[in-house]
Amino acid sequence: MPCVELRGVSNFICRNVDLRIEDSEILVLLGSTGAGKTTLLSIIAGLVEYTGSVLFNGVGVDEVPSNKRRIGYLFQGLALFPHLNVASNIAFGLKTRENHSSKVEKRVNEMLHLMGIENLSDRYPYNLSGGERQRVALGRALAPSPEVLLLDEPLSSLDYETSKYLRMEIKRLQRKLGITTIYVTHNQREAEEIGDKLAIIHNGTVGQVGTPEEIFFNPVNGQISKFIGSPNILCCEYCRKLVKGLAEIKSGDLHIIVPDNGNGIKKIAILPHDIYISRNKPPGPDINRFTGTIIDVNSSINLTLIRLRVGEHVLLAEQPIEITEELNLQVGDEVHLILKMPRIKTLSTRENESRFDGYSC
Amino acid sequence: MINRFKKMWGLLPIVIFLVLWEITARLELFPGHIFFPPFSEVMREFFSLMATGLLVESFSRSLFRVLIGFFAGSVCGLLVGILMGWRKLVDRSFGPIISLIYPIPALGWLPLFMLWIGINEMLPIAIIFICSFFPVCYTTATGVKCVDKDYIRAARTLGASEFKVLTGVILPLALPEIFTGLRLESGMAWRVVIAAEMVAVPTGIGALMMRAESLVRIDIIIVCLMVLSVMCFSFEKCFHYIERRLTTGWR
Repeated sequence: MPCVELRGVSNFICRNVDLRIEDSEILVLLGSTGAGKTTLLSIIAGLVEYTGSVLFNGVGVDEVPSNKRRIGYLFQGLALFPHLNVASNIAFGLKTRENHSSKVEKRVNEMLHLMGIENLSDRYPYNLSGGERQRVALGRALAPSPEVLLLDEPLSSLDYETSKYLRMEIKRLQRKLGITTIYVTHNQREAEEIGDKLAIIHNGTVGQVGTPEEIFFNPVNGQISKFIGSPNILCCEYCRKLVKGLAEIKSGDLHIIVPDNGNGIKKIAILPHDIYISRNKPPGPDINRFTGTIIDVNSSINLTLIRLRVGEHVLLAEQPIEITEELNLQVGDEVHLILKMPRIKTLSTRENESRFDGYSC
Repeated sequence: MINRFKKMWGLLPIVIFLVLWEITARLELFPGHIFFPPFSEVMREFFSLMATGLLVESFSRSLFRVLIGFFAGSVCGLLVGILMGWRKLVDRSFGPIISLIYPIPALGWLPLFMLWIGINEMLPIAIIFICSFFPVCYTTATGVKCVDKDYIRAARTLGASEFKVLTGVILPLALPEIFTGLRLESGMAWRVVIAAEMVAVPTGIGALMMRAESLVRIDIIIVCLMVLSVMCFSFEKCFHYIERRLTTGWR
């Protein structure tokens, strides 16, 4: 399978994009609507005009038309051919290069089996559920053994359970086939779960490329930090294992209890909306509870961002504006806060040591 | 059994209409009843016209013209329409001309064609050709253009050549639109051929009607009108049936 490279690619939305996807890797393009993610896929597939160059394994494919690029493309709307049944949809891409009908049939049956949809082969697309359509479309894209797989928000139209299940399936299939994959989504959790690497796309440019941890714990600029939810990141100076699965870390003058995977902890991160604020001492066990002073309150339409001084640290918390109004929070007020323990993310020291050499703590 | 009954149900209004027609004509309820023969008289005339062979002769003349003109017109319309929908260049070249000629009613060409072609068998055929070509071309081009671009892009990424994209995706998906055009025009061809025969050509059903008019044979006129109505109806139904057969399963 080839590695895919974009060099200085520009068109009506993308501006000078450089991107590299390694062989057999899943790269997730993450960005808000209209950022240019789909356009980047179309460029790789050769479906839209662009300047700059796209290379597969170091060889330029700009002159290669899309039907010769050996690409599997799962469109956001799936684009299953309504006039063909499931088996014929899957066979469509095979018939374009294979003339032996017995070989086509064999491969179609293989794909039906691989996707677990043998029972659907005679059905027409209008007669399938969302999840079934997704499988057919993926089977159709994979049937001609493409070298690059492009997935455009494949799970956005499905319910939570189905999408979670299919996400795991896609990842499993990708590992099994070792196909170089580019996956577009606007859902950060989906991106972190499925991607080997993420590329944050913003306004037609690539903001940052890295592993999910790299981006989450070390966003290169404020814009990216804001996009991934402005996490509070604390360096871990000292780490003590409590019981299996829990550890206590020291960061500045705070002692925080965090989930522990046993690989050591270098940094922890908590998103602003996972910090709970109250005026009175909240009831319940005394885990990760601190007091802090409000140094800034910043309200937008429906959310309030509150900056708090907690010991040596400044933390950012977020809450619905109604709650802020009800608590009547003012700058200078002393408040209680809880860092929701299960929501704290940790960056391990050992597992990915080589990747994170640049961090200083 | 119930289904059969439901089908028969559709015929009931027609039967009632014919019975009412028969009764009002027999009872001479209208002052001009000489000009209003009962249904049974009309049917009797129908059979005697069949027996003399006059009706069959006129009808086969008209049918021949409709078939040739409509076939030639719609085949050309389909080809040009597909090219126009498929290739922007063709659309830009032919589109403006066609959109100017398209609104001219087919019968508007009649005086011009009478002079160009003369009064012969080619005249009604040419009129029907014009009447079929433009609408079929127009609806075909629209149908081809309206195929969702994502299907075309999907077919391309699946390795389909441009020709395969056309035959494997665009045309099947444009079929419903194309058949709507064909269906409407197949009925229209009959309307036009009658008009042409009434005005210009001395043979065919239209000419028979004009002769009946000069002899004040209301029954013959009504027979001709009934034949026409049945032909228009069955042509349209026929295309409807083919369309259903071709798109069955996926719509």
